[in-house]
Amino acid sequence: MGNALMNFTINGQSVEVEADIRSSLLDLLRNSLGFTGTKKGCDQGACGACTVLVDGERINSCLALAVQYQGRSITTVEGLGSDGTLHPLQQAFVEHDGFQCGYCTPGQLCSAIGMAREIERNIPSVVTADLSADSVAVDETELRERMSGNLCRCGAYNGIVEAISETLGKMQEGARA
Amino acid sequence: MNPFSYERAADAAAAIGLAKGNAAARYLGGGTNLVDLMRETVERPEMLVDVTGLPHGIEPRADGGLLIGASATNTALAADSHVRTHYPLLARAILAGASAQIRNMATVGGNILQRTRCRYFYDTAAACNKREPGAGCDARDGFNRYHAILGASPACVATHPSDMCVALAALDATVHLDGPDGPRSIALADLHRLPGDRPDIETELKPGELIAAVEIPPLPFARRSTYRKVRDRASYAFALVSVAAALDLAEDGTVRDVRLALGGVAHKPWRASAAEAALKGRPANPESFRAAAEVELAAATGLRDNGFKIELAKRTIVAVLGDLTGDEA
Repeated sequence: MGNALMNFTINGQSVEVEADIRSSLLDLLRNSLGFTGTKKGCDQGACGACTVLVDGERINSCLALAVQYQGRSITTVEGLGSDGTLHPLQQAFVEHDGFQCGYCTPGQLCSAIGMAREIERNIPSVVTADLSADSVAVDETELRERMSGNLCRCGAYNGIVEAISETLGKMQEGARA
Repeated sequence: MNPFSYERAADAAAAIGLAKGNAAARYLGGGTNLVDLMRETVERPEMLVDVTGLPHGIEPRADGGLLIGASATNTALAADSHVRTHYPLLARAILAGASAQIRNMATVGGNILQRTRCRYFYDTAAACNKREPGAGCDARDGFNRYHAILGASPACVATHPSDMCVALAALDATVHLDGPDGPRSIALADLHRLPGDRPDIETELKPGELIAAVEIPPLPFARRSTYRKVRDRASYAFALVSVAAALDLAEDGTVRDVRLALGGVAHKPWRASAAEAALKGRPANPESFRAAAEVELAAATGLRDNGFKIELAKRTIVAVLGDLTGDEA
């Protein structure tokens, strides 16, 4: 009960923080650590706005108890770019109008990067025709299915799909590194 | 969310020891359902025992079957090469569920023990016999488009939401349990209960027991198997109706063997044994498929909003079996 001292690596930095053990990873990031790039949409795992990467895997931080993720390496939208340079996917979102209000964008970005790693690792989706294939044949149907855990109320889906398609190869390369 | 203490268990014995004798303790897997229910105060555990550190291996057995540690994630199981080759219906069922983010978090044990998504169960201002025995059921005369058409009771019309379990039921999976009185095993098809007059008791698990592993026996003809989920949007929605099926065709075009299970229709994953019996030895054609579906759904009853599911289930059975025979259904 009460508070606990927790340790994480967030965007490459070691962080120690005392927080209520009822805190979700989302609330811990936003309220205790000031990483407000990660957004709270539904707070029940239905919208994907809170998506972050844990050891490279995308998860919904609203459904994650922070205390369960101690010692893990967490990447938020703040950790994607570097030194004033946008991540290639962020740049592509700008160029393809991958957002209007932008509220879902941090989750979309983290989710797409996690998705690229899943494709790189040949993890299938429900629309993958051949489950025994050695690699995923990526088309728009695959991208839309794999990104279905991220809702965009502005309906910027066409731009989002274009931005992700354009940078998928680069992101898969990043996942190999 | 009510206050609770948190303990991370190194192994099953430690987990069982921590939870022993504490009716307010809950085992915590990926948390995708339990944490949500705690936030709504539907679940109010005083202790969480984190079991994600328990075995998560996915290992082929000498007999051709598969042993799955309960802490394997949904993603890991769906991506496993043995599952994709030998049990494609299982891979497809898992991938039809939730979103990639949730599948990365959710464990196999947690998937099996997830609670219904009935809105009246979640809404603490509504009457729900499952949440509060004897309180009544607001779903029965409420918005019940997603509710059960088979095996329901006056007390409860909720459905079990898992896709994975529908495939596991079709595959005759066994669930290996561990608990204060030692290990035991139970068929997955017998683990979940029909609601009867105690919808609050959802499984045959005894106090303090946990799921340690799931074992799938070999089923060579499951290479010809699939899962179809019919839902209100193309992705990331619970099933209205789903069908898991595996088909073994004889050379003369009759059904040598078949496995069939339904999701979204009952308080538990619904093994369609009557339809299976009606299909064996029959020609693998739409007429036989329809006749078997009629037998299975003969006892189905609709509520105000879900009567369409009866015909939908029949048609989905016919379509899936048609897919597996190579016919256009």
